[in-house]
Amino acid sequence: MIDGFAISALYALGATGFTLIFGVSGVLNLSHGAIMVAAAVAAWAAASILGVGTYAGALIGVGVALLTAFATYFAVVKPIQDSRRIPNEEKEIFVLTGTLLWGIMIQELIAYFFTNNAKTVLPIVEGVVEMLGVRTPRNEIFTAIVCCLVIALLWLLVNRTRTGKAVLAASMNPRGVTLLGLELTNIYIVVWAIYGILAGIAGVLLGMFLGVSSYSVGPLTASAFSIVVLGGLGSVSGSLIAAFVVGYLETLTAYLLSPAYRTIPALLLLVFVMYIRPQGLLGRR
Amino acid sequence: MAGFFTSRLFFISLALVVIAATLPLYVSGYVLGLLTVAFYFGVFAMAWDLLFGFAGEVNFGPTFLIGVGAYTAGILNAQFGWSVYACIVLGAFASVVAGLVLALPALRVRGPYFGLTTLVAVLMLQNFIVVFADLTGGEIGLTIPDVISINAGTNYWIALGFMTISAAILYGLSQSPVGLVLQASGQDPVQAGALGFNIVKHKLAAFIVSAFFSGLSGALLVFYFGTASVGTVVDVAVGVNVIVSAVLGGRRTVLGAALGAIFLIVAGEFLRPTGELATFIVSAVALLVVLFFPGGFLGAALSREARS
Repeated sequence: MIDGFAISALYALGATGFTLIFGVSGVLNLSHGAIMVAAAVAAWAAASILGVGTYAGALIGVGVALLTAFATYFAVVKPIQDSRRIPNEEKEIFVLTGTLLWGIMIQELIAYFFTNNAKTVLPIVEGVVEMLGVRTPRNEIFTAIVCCLVIALLWLLVNRTRTGKAVLAASMNPRGVTLLGLELTNIYIVVWAIYGILAGIAGVLLGMFLGVSSYSVGPLTASAFSIVVLGGLGSVSGSLIAAFVVGYLETLTAYLLSPAYRTIPALLLLVFVMYIRPQGLLGRR
Repeated sequence: MAGFFTSRLFFISLALVVIAATLPLYVSGYVLGLLTVAFYFGVFAMAWDLLFGFAGEVNFGPTFLIGVGAYTAGILNAQFGWSVYACIVLGAFASVVAGLVLALPALRVRGPYFGLTTLVAVLMLQNFIVVFADLTGGEIGLTIPDVISINAGTNYWIALGFMTISAAILYGLSQSPVGLVLQASGQDPVQAGALGFNIVKHKLAAFIVSAFFSGLSGALLVFYFGTASVGTVVDVAVGVNVIVSAVLGGRRTVLGAALGAIFLIVAGEFLRPTGELATFIVSAVALLVVLFFPGGFLGAALSREARS
């Protein structure tokens, strides 16, 4: 159960960033998995090859994710959004294709420089504890706590600060925000920064918890995408609920049936939800 | 439509096909093998373009249709010993059925949701293949006892002929009234519906045609390779390649998609000496094309012609 909680919390962390970007700027970032893996691999490389220690390594990982997220925005998303040659109604498709290609480029670069072997980032907290009669790695508890803390911080940031409120307003009505004299581009930059940090933390934690390789890029993007759609695109609380549903469903299936069936119930659930409630659990249309 | 037979595009395509048809006379079997795969990929890309470029639906799961066709043909041949041609026909048929099953729920939703439904279909198929390993060969793949031909030249001609015919049919369809309705419903579904066109029916038809050609091409590809495996016909990465080729060649052109596919496969082969960086370079080039020539190769060429 704790295992499931930790996985769910990780999924939630990854998916919130994803849904935030969509909610505010309408961008579905298909290089999401690549950014997470880049963070984990950077943390691994800094800690194991350069030997800067686990804490500094984790920080470097998050920093790399932040940089990659900015690069994604400035090199791929912004040129497409500003382009006059692409008709407006097709920009969404171009952003999808562009970020997809960008993700593949990051993935290939990681595979080229660091091989595609699975890497496990050294955990910050080591050892195991007995919890309710189950031996649980401390790292797992640490992961769950960090995820909850970060999500709580994000909530405070969005609901209690001026910048956060501007972000929230932009997701509701971009034109209204510009009329109030706020620069939309600045808001986008803030959102991408939040996104980069979230994806970075999620990536590094994932690296400590399960280990990552350049192969995990696709599945990571797909799982974030499905969680976000399940919860309703653009709805942060929806994605949180969906992340826990998917996380527990996967863990339970893996324990009770067989790890080979791990993803199947979640996919079935997704199809079912799409069929009866296409806008997701908490989505608005 | 009548104007097409006198247009420059028609003569260029005709010339290209004639040149391509004579290739087996003077190039090596290696090049032919490469182009054979590229031609089948071209059909995948064209079938995808019909759905995306015209109907405006992003299908992230082209490999669902391809994979169903390929695996149906492969399993019937390997496990039940049916003849090659029966398998190919049934493969295409199974793909159409799969397309219908996918399209009926999927067309209820739009945009990213449609994309996700099709993506999920691919992941389900992939899981299914791995779980029922006895029937499908699992992750290792299925070895097919029969092949269409072992002669590289014959295989090449079959692939070229198949691609040409598919291109003619798909292009004709895209320029026909049906194609125009599709294009209209992709751009503004409400208005197209208000003009009295049944959008769902047209999109369903596009889906079925797309499924038919994807499945047929998938089945032929299986009999060319002699194996069916997740990595060659189902994996999301294969689907990404199909999408990239269609966007690269120029969406909404059908023929451009085939060009894009051939470019992608040949470029991948040329870059093989760079090792693992090959995919990186191809994606980087594709990204640049997407950013700077959003119309793709053929789109850029056509718009220049239209201007002059």
